[in-house]
Amino acid sequence: MRKSTAWNLHMLAGLCLVILLGIHMITTHLDLILGWFNPAGGEAINWRNVVGRGMHLSWMLFYICFLGIALYHGLYGLRSILFELTLTRGAEKVVTAVLVTFGIALFIMGAAAAVVFQSQAMGA
Amino acid sequence: MTNERKSCEVVFHVRRFNPETDEKPYWQQFTVKVEPGMTVLDGLHQIKRQHDFSLAWRYSCRMGVCGSCGMLINGSATLACNTQILDISDRNLTIAALPNFKIIRDLVSDLSPMFEKHVAVLPYMLRDDIQEMHEPTGEYYQSPDDLLEYLQFTYCIKCGCCMAACPTMATDDAFLGPQPLAQAYRYTIDNRDDGTDRRKKAVTVEHGLFRCHYGGECSAVCPKGVDPARAIQLMKKQLFFDFLKLTKHKTPAHVLGRPEGVERNPKIPEPPPYTVEQE
Amino acid sequence: MLQLKRHPNKLGIGGWLLKGRWGYERYLYILHRITGLGILTYFLLHIFVTSSRVLGMKTWEAVMGVLHHPVFMLGEYAVYAAFIFHALNGIRLILIEYGFAVGKAEEPVYPYRSSVNVQRPLGVGVMVLAVILALVGAARFFMLNGG
Ligand code: FES
Repeated sequence: MRKSTAWNLHMLAGLCLVILLGIHMITTHLDLILGWFNPAGGEAINWRNVVGRGMHLSWMLFYICFLGIALYHGLYGLRSILFELTLTRGAEKVVTAVLVTFGIALFIMGAAAAVVFQSQAMGA
Repeated sequence: MTNERKSCEVVFHVRRFNPETDEKPYWQQFTVKVEPGMTVLDGLHQIKRQHDFSLAWRYSCRMGVCGSCGMLINGSATLACNTQILDISDRNLTIAALPNFKIIRDLVSDLSPMFEKHVAVLPYMLRDDIQEMHEPTGEYYQSPDDLLEYLQFTYCIKCGCCMAACPTMATDDAFLGPQPLAQAYRYTIDNRDDGTDRRKKAVTVEHGLFRCHYGGECSAVCPKGVDPARAIQLMKKQLFFDFLKLTKHKTPAHVLGRPEGVERNPKIPEPPPYTVEQE
Repeated sequence: MLQLKRHPNKLGIGGWLLKGRWGYERYLYILHRITGLGILTYFLLHIFVTSSRVLGMKTWEAVMGVLHHPVFMLGEYAVYAAFIFHALNGIRLILIEYGFAVGKAEEPVYPYRSSVNVQRPLGVGVMVLAVILALVGAARFFMLNGG
């Protein structure tokens, strides 16, 4: 990927995250003040709220997009910080390879969890 | 309110390093009698005259034009000849070589990496009409507005203060840095230039333009008001519109030939005759 | 030619915060980095923790029980506050880095007014907003108590 493309995507991902993570923060941390997106009321991490959200296809998709975008933004940011510590060419390659593999692995794991959970919650 | 300044004694804490004898730099103190109007550069001369003739630093114009005397004065990078001692302190003054450059001796830092990076961004006019550039038949057209687009960035004197203040430079050797990047923009935005694509390649390298995250410090310390941070962000803007394919291909300024059918104003004096024989 | 040794004088990571008197924006730059790294660390752990919901209600409630400890609550508040800062400063950075908040090139006339001065109101504004939102969050974290 070209440097400018990667960087522009980093910025775009950041902008998306303000919205996605904002929703997530409102859901989980302003639960007792606003109470949005919590079907069973009370604290956001109550099991019934978790199931209530997990059931919906839209929430599942939300979590998967969120996961991917956040991983890209976070790991690209980490890569920038590491690169700015004067690494050798070889070390730069290793860092990129490790971060990409790690990111993809985590994405698969998290996305699988969301999909499996949705079918479980629908079944329950 | 009158702001009468009195002469006083100021302690100069100077970071010394002699490559022939010292393992690492150390601090040395000198007490200098400071008169109102004295610059840090004057203070250093005082030390050389009265205390220690072996103190080394670099200077030349002593009027903020040549860019030789950049130093870290009381924790901020600036020109010694452009800083009034009593403006910043009447008690203690710490002076060290510019950071992020290697120290040659005492206050002299090795600016050559900056010059090499400066060359790497192609800081000169790039055009196809080589013939016209070497033997001009007229001048390239440029309006005052065109001039204003880049004028600010031409005031750079390459003192290295911005490079010393940049937080990315503090850890990244390979980063091009504020000075070269600002110069890349200065030529790219010049309407006589046609080298946007080549220069774009030179700055969008791994340790180029996108390693600037706007610490703003380069613009804050610049002794000439060049504002490298602005140049870098404007260049990113230009690249962004490029990325969106929103930029039209600009044609470089055309040549304005000599005006025809006009007579020379008789009030303009003729040049004096040659003093050496012409071939 | 005699080549004398040069002494390295890079500020290094320590120079991000110390070794000089720096401006407001430079500290925001550093804080943006630190909060970013903090959020990323939390986020990576968070993926594992929340994926445990697949294992059913028992595991979930056991995990959440552990995380109800005051130390974790404080940590979570830190992440919330870090997000508020990172998001607002990030919006400011996007505006700046795409060249919309740094003003146009102008002829420098002493005393110089640089792009830093142009974007300063934005920098101060988002920080005020960040403090307000962090306080609202603090009310939820430390005053309300979910049953
Ligand atoms: S001596 Fe020339 S800029 Fe200071």
